[in-house]
Parts: sequence; C-alpha cells; structure tokens
Amino acid sequence: MSIFNKTVDLDAAIADVHDESVLMFGGFGGVGSPPSLIEAILESGVKELTVICNDAGFPEIGIGPLIVHKRVKRLIASHIGSNPVAGKQMTDGMLEVEFSPQGTLAERIRAGGAGLGGILTDIGIDNKTVCENKDTVMLDGRPYLIEKALKADFAFVSAHVADEFGNLTYDKTARNMNPLMAAAAKRTFAEAVTIVPTGELDSEHIVTPGVFVEGVVQSEGVKWKWAWE
Amino acid sequence: MGLGIEEREQIARRAAREVASGMIVNLGIGIPSLVPNFLPADTEVMLQAENGVLGIGGSPERGKEDELLCNAAGYPVSAVKGASYFDSGLSFAMIRKGLIDITILGALQVSRTGDLANWLVPGKKVPGMGGAMELAQGAKKVVVVMSHTDQKGRPKLVDSCSLPLTAAGCVDLIITEKAVLSIEDGKFVLKELLNDSAIEDVIRTTDAEVILDEYFS
Repeated sequence: MSIFNKTVDLDAAIADVHDESVLMFGGFGGVGSPPSLIEAILESGVKELTVICNDAGFPEIGIGPLIVHKRVKRLIASHIGSNPVAGKQMTDGMLEVEFSPQGTLAERIRAGGAGLGGILTDIGIDNKTVCENKDTVMLDGRPYLIEKALKADFAFVSAHVADEFGNLTYDKTARNMNPLMAAAAKRTFAEAVTIVPTGELDSEHIVTPGVFVEGVVQSEGVKWKWAWE
Repeated sequence: MGLGIEEREQIARRAAREVASGMIVNLGIGIPSLVPNFLPADTEVMLQAENGVLGIGGSPERGKEDELLCNAAGYPVSAVKGASYFDSGLSFAMIRKGLIDITILGALQVSRTGDLANWLVPGKKVPGMGGAMELAQGAKKVVVVMSHTDQKGRPKLVDSCSLPLTAAGCVDLIITEKAVLSIEDGKFVLKELLNDSAIEDVIRTTDAEVILDEYFS
C-alpha cells in the first residue's frame, strides 16, 4: 500500500482487532466517536476488550453499545454516568473500570503518543481512589502523582476531512481526545466524513499529521439519535 | 427535597453576579448552566467547556443544532466571535494553568475549610470525576451552587466531608436557596440571606459553625 493512499474499507481497518485487544476511541459523550468503526467492531464479535475512552457514551451512542453488548472487560475513562449499563456492569463485577481525571487521562494518552513514560500531576492528590497504587514524588517541595502513559493496540478516531496520506482535520467539539489518541496507538485508523486527494488540505489546517495514521476509512455517518434530540 | 425551578433560577441569578466582564468562565452541569441567562447583555466573558471550546454562545434555535458543537453536558450550543476549538489536552492545560477565572459547579458536600465532594457516593452511583478535579484545583475562583440540605434533609455544608474529596480547600463561595456563604480562615461566613430565610434556619441546617458577616451586626 502506498503511503500516499491509505484509504481502506471498514473491514480492513478492523481486520486485526481480536479478543483482548486494547482499543482507544475518540469521543466525548459520543460526539467525535467514529460511528462506522464502532459498528463494525461490534458486528465482528470481538470481546474481552480493554477500551480507553473519555467516557462510556450513552447506551446507544458512542462506544456505549460495545459495553451494552458485553464486549468490554476493562474500561479506562473519566466518566460513565451517561451510560447506566456501564455502572450496573461495574457494580455486578462484569466490567472493570479505571477512573482517571479527564485532564490526566488526556495527558496520559498524549504522553503515550509522545514517547514518554508518564506525567507528574497534583490533580486528585487529595483523593484516595486517584492516588491508589500510584507513586508520589516531591518536586520543588510539592507532591506530585506519577501517572503512567497510556498506549493501545489500535486507536479508532473520528475526523472531519482526511487526505489520502492520513492527514486529519476535525470538526468543532468532535475533536476532543481524537488527536491525542491518533498518536498513542501502535495502529491508528481514522474515520472521516470526507476524504480528499493528498495536497488538497491546507497544511496550516492539518491537526494530525498523516505519519500517525495507518488507514483512512469513509464514514457512513452517525446512525444513533442524540440524547438531546 | 430537590429544588424547584424558581429556587434554581434564583441561585443561578445570584451566581451570575459573581461573573464580571473580562472573565474566562467554566460552568458545570445543572444550575450552573442557567447562569448565562442572568448575565447582563453587556457582560464580556468567554465561556469555556472542557470538551474543547472557548467561546460558547447561546442555545441554537430548535432544528438548527449542530450535533458536533456541544457543551460538556452534551447539549448543542453556538459559538461566539473569536471562539476556538481544541483537543482535551489543551483544554485541561488552560484549566490546570489557572486561566479559568471562575468555575461554577454543583456539590454533594462542602466543608468549612473549602473541601469539595462532588463526584461519588460510595456504594451508590459511581459516575466518575470527569473534569471536576482539574476545575476545582485549577480555577482561580470556585463557586458552588447547590441545595442547602440533601434529599433527606441532611446538611451539605459540613465540618468535614464524609464523602470522597474532589479537591481539598478549593471552594471560595457557596450559594444555596437559603444563603450565600464564603469560606474564610476555615469557617463558613454568612454573607447574604436568600428567599426570606432566617439566620437561625441557616445555622440550624449547617453542620459547622457559621460566622455572621459584619453586614448582619
């Protein structure tokens, strides 16, 4: 495959995802989650997944269906309140959830994509759950938690316009964790609303350089109904 | 008892007075989201939402929503002139760095030393902290808007929080349906009474010492 044409179909993008894969999904309450890739992964039947996402989506929105259909054994997220099924599975011991404060989660993913081992932060230092099993270091007289970088086997991100080299732009608040995750996985596939020939995107407008992206998939669009609708 | 719409609006109206021109503002879910309705039209602020926008405008007309332009609660919003979009990393960079002048958020408990508990009731709902810890620790001013007591009538302003902390010593001002209280030197200071409530009632429903502001003496 030419690096100047990374366009692939949905099946190819998810072909190597298997049981127990570690997957990152962009999105914040489903906004900026890649709908077609999520649906394809759901249909593929893979299970026992570890999923890293800002939140658990809603039962029928974002990554929510992956949880509802019991494909996820471990979730690393900042919030699951909008998906009651995730809360119930966690209470029932079916879903392991690691909560990370949202900005810390973002920075851990960024670190994973930047070749760093982790970050130092004082966020959550007053909270036992956040501090649990983490080392603390003193720096200039102040305590900081060591928060480990997050990486994944695959990142599935949602882009607005992609070019065939894999350069990506995003659309308003659908950006959220997507650019951070695009860099943080061994293999990144982007679902885009529009795919254009390489050279058509203004280089100043590109948010994710194509070097981070293995494949670009044409989105089939959002099929879920938004919670506010 | 949950608060009625009038009490919620009254709290939001009072909270709006804490917002001044020039401020960068982050609003939580619930009562805080009502605050913009009570800002004078000439107030020049930029509203930030942690999902990646600085410069939120009013709610769009029905049918004109853009599903990819939402606030942190997931509701469609509009953008003002000069608005910008950014990823979650940069969004929390501005929060942790202290570029948010004021955040207005809800709470389960606030202690007299300004400890905030607003993310978890053990054994019950575990929604996750979202971005609350960064906002509580990072914002220059933290204003809590909440009911004065919980659904069983138990005080939410307490000597020390029994619920897991979001952040310690971060709250500056609390606005309830009964009163406005600041936190000064480890004590609740009653600044104003709201809704015709009595000083005695505020003291009775607060589980810590309440100092009366000089206005009352």
